[in-house]
Amino acid sequence: MTETLAFGRTPLLTHNYMHYCPGCTHGVAHRLVAEVIDEMGIQDRTIGVSPVGCAVLAYNYIDVDFIEAAHGRAPAAATGLRRTLPPDRYIFAYQGDGDLASIGMAEIVHAANRGEKLTIIFVNNAIYGMTGGQMAPTTLPGMKTTTSPGGRDVAQTGHPIRVCELLDTLVAPVFIARGSLSSAKNTIKAKKLLRQAFDLQHQGFTFVELLSTCPTGWGLSPTDSLAWLDRNMLPFFPTKTFREPGAMPEHTAAYHPDLKVRD
Amino acid sequence: MNHIDIDRERCKSCGLCIDVCNKHLLEFSKDLNSHGYHPVELRNPEKCSACSLCGIVCPEGGVQVYKEIRDKTR
Repeated sequence: MTETLAFGRTPLLTHNYMHYCPGCTHGVAHRLVAEVIDEMGIQDRTIGVSPVGCAVLAYNYIDVDFIEAAHGRAPAAATGLRRTLPPDRYIFAYQGDGDLASIGMAEIVHAANRGEKLTIIFVNNAIYGMTGGQMAPTTLPGMKTTTSPGGRDVAQTGHPIRVCELLDTLVAPVFIARGSLSSAKNTIKAKKLLRQAFDLQHQGFTFVELLSTCPTGWGLSPTDSLAWLDRNMLPFFPTKTFREPGAMPEHTAAYHPDLKVRD
Repeated sequence: MNHIDIDRERCKSCGLCIDVCNKHLLEFSKDLNSHGYHPVELRNPEKCSACSLCGIVCPEGGVQVYKEIRDKTR
């Protein structure tokens, strides 16, 4: 009898035991990133920037070079890497929603606006996971967290921020997409988005948002969390590709990048 | 025979693979691993179709799926 390996653990994931809670989709996101880097054969040319948040120890799990950035400053640190290292390097930042959409909002918007040749992976689980489940900028209206025990009150704390839509108003990015890790089918689609982003990285700014779960912070079982994500987050955060090369949306196509101020 | 190899020490009993298995072949073991979780086990491996869904959803990367190559010349 002969058998073949139909699905194996990618060699780019180290043997370290992950510190994530049971059912946390950070592990899936790590695996997808590792698989994409492995498929492209760019392990020795890839540098990651890890965030502050649950994924702060991402360098223990993905076997590529990593640097650690200050809270929210991963795009700024990655910009420094991009401008000092040889141009064939692949540079990605892996950030959570508290890191990217809150304290790091200025860094991500300006890195995108400058069109830095980076891939930013944005793991959005609508909550601050590491610090104990506080309200994040992406927390849904009415969602209960430890700092909004009665549910998020939009009159007082505003509405959730849709980062993909926000970055889509800029001219410079070449790829912006949102995927979900809520099922096996969506995970396979999300991996394709990550691959596209890494492929396009040397053309400009690429951004992939991955809708993710936080079973501990949400107070749900891992399987219920996936159902909750599908039911509540997908209507507010639609999964689609917002920007692709050659497909400029109307609001940015109306702006002519070649137009300059006359003397 | 198709079968899957579950890393017992990595398993955190989240149950995502149990939920995704269309043939309901996965169950929690009665034993504990060294971290105090009940690792998932494959029951009735002869029914496994090696679809790999359990491996795709596993957050720990702890599932390897092996597919039998049938000799079609016989």
